[in-house]
Amino acid sequence: MMYAILCYNDEDTVGSWTKEQDAAVMKKLAVVQDKLTKQGRLGPVARLLPTTAATTLRKDDPPLVLDGPFAETKEQLLGFYLVDCKNLDEALEVARDLGAANPGGAYEIRPVGMFTPGRVLA
Amino acid sequence: MTDTAWIDNALTSARPQAVGALLRYFRNLDTAEEAYQNACLRALKTWPQNGPPRDPAAWLIMVGRNVAIDDIRRNRKQQALPEDEAISDLDDAEDALAERLDGSHYRDDILRLLFICCHPDLPATQQIALALRIVSGLTVKQIARAFLVSEAAMEQRITRAKTRVAEASVSFETPGAVDRSERLAAVAAMIYLIFNEGYSASGDTAEIRAPLCEEAIRLARLLLRLFQSEPEIMGLTALLLLQHARAAARFDAGGAVILLDDQDRRLWNQAMISEGLALIDKAMRHHRSGPYQIQAAISALHARADKPENTDWTQIDLLYGALEVMQPSPVVTLNRAVAVSKVRGALAALDMIEPLEQRLSNYFHYFGVRGAFLMQLDRNDEARVAFDRAISLANTSAEAAHIRMHLDRLMRDSKPRATKTSKK
Repeated sequence: MMYAILCYNDEDTVGSWTKEQDAAVMKKLAVVQDKLTKQGRLGPVARLLPTTAATTLRKDDPPLVLDGPFAETKEQLLGFYLVDCKNLDEALEVARDLGAANPGGAYEIRPVGMFTPGRVLA
Repeated sequence: MTDTAWIDNALTSARPQAVGALLRYFRNLDTAEEAYQNACLRALKTWPQNGPPRDPAAWLIMVGRNVAIDDIRRNRKQQALPEDEAISDLDDAEDALAERLDGSHYRDDILRLLFICCHPDLPATQQIALALRIVSGLTVKQIARAFLVSEAAMEQRITRAKTRVAEASVSFETPGAVDRSERLAAVAAMIYLIFNEGYSASGDTAEIRAPLCEEAIRLARLLLRLFQSEPEIMGLTALLLLQHARAAARFDAGGAVILLDDQDRRLWNQAMISEGLALIDKAMRHHRSGPYQIQAAISALHARADKPENTDWTQIDLLYGALEVMQPSPVVTLNRAVAVSKVRGALAALDMIEPLEQRLSNYFHYFGVRGAFLMQLDRNDEARVAFDRAISLANTSAEAAHIRMHLDRLMRDSKPRATKTSKK
C-alpha cells in the first residue's frame, strides 16, 4: 500500500524560522528521507509555498476562481496532483479540465517551492 | 518545540488581532496594549499548566478585556466583576467569543490598528516606530537598535506618536468600501517604508537593520491573508520578497554595495523569488494594475534573468513607462533612463534625464547615473564633474566609495571603455 503523508503546521511559525533554523530542520528531515530513498520507498516530496500564494477553483458551474487557500471545513482532502505549468493561468486551465470531468468540491492551486522527484513508483 | 517557544510564537502571532480587538473595545491604544500585556502574563502562567487554548487570540482578547475592566472598576473604587463574568470560567465564554470573532470583524480590527499607526498626522519615522511597537510587538530596545538611536530617544518618539494618535480621531465604525481602500493604501505605504528602512541600509548597519525587511514582509503577508483579493497587496508582498531575495548578494565582505549587474545570482534566495513570482501571477489575473504590481514586475524581470545580459530591458523600459504615467516622479524617470540606456543607448538616456536636473539637484543617484551615461559616451571631463557632485551628495560612505570606484576607473583608463550604470 502506498501512503501519502500530508504535512500540517502553523505557517506563521514555520515562516518565522531563521534561515539557519530552517536549514537545520531540512537537514534532519533529509536523514529520514535518505533512508527511505536507499530502500527505494520514497516517492515525490514537495514543499509548498505559503497559502498567500494559493488560488482556489470552486468546481461550481461555471467554476469560480477565488484568491487564497481552500478554507471550507465540510470537505476533506481526497487526493492531489503535481503538474508542471508555465504559470497560474496554465495551472487553472488544468484544474478546470479536471473539474469538468469531476464536478463538485474545489481544487486549491498552490505553487511548489521545493521538489524532489524521488523514486518513480510503478 | 518547547512550551515556552510555542507560547512566545502564539503570543506574537495573536498580537495584531488581539490588540486590534481590544482597541475597538476600549478605543484607547494604551489601555488596549496594557490589557494585551496583562493577558500575556496570565497566558505565561496558565498555559503551561492547563495547556494552550484552542484559539489563543480569542483567549487573549477575553482575558485582556476582563482584566482591564476589572482594573477600571477597581480604580473607580467599585466592586470587582461579578463571579459569572470572572475569567475563571473560560471555556464556554471562549467558544462564544471565538464565534463572534468572524472574519470581517477581525479584518477591520487589524486594519484599523495598522491604520492608526500610520495616521496622516504622524511623521513617517513615528509611523514606523509605532507600528513596530504596537503591531509587531518589537521591544523599544529592538526598535532603537534598528533605527540606530538610543533607547531613550526611541521611547520618546513612540510616546509622542501615541499622544498624537490619541488626539486624532479615527472612526471605530466598520469602514465603508472607500474608507477601507484608503486605509489599505496608507497601511501598504507604511509597510513599504518599514521595508525601505531595512533595505536602504548598507555597510555595518545592513545586518542590524535587515530584520526590518523581514518584519515588513511578515506584515505584508498578514495584510494579504486578510485581503486576499487585493492585487496591490499581492504586488506589495511580491515586491518586498523579490527585493529581499537579493539580500545575501547585495554587499561585499567590507559592506560595500554590489550593483545588480555584479551580484552573484546564485546567492539570491530562490524560495522568495518563487513566492514573489507566484504572487505577481495571481495579481495579474485581476487586470487592475498599480504601482506596487509594476515595481514587482520590474523586480521579477531582474529575478528571472540568470545573467545580467539576459535581462529583458525592453520590457523594463515599458513597465517604467507605465509607472511614470501612474505615479509621475523624476526618480521614476531616472530609473527608466537606465533601462533606456540599455535598449537605445546612453545618448537617448542622457537626453531623457537632462530635464530632471533642476528637480534632482540634490539627489545623489541623479549624478551617479548621469556620470555613468557620460562615461559611456566617452565624455570623461563631464563625467568627472557629475561624479564629483555625486560624492558630495552621498548619504553613506558606501555610496561615496562606489562613485570613487568609477572615478578611479576614469583616471586609470587612458582609453575609456563602457561601464555599468549605477543602479541599486
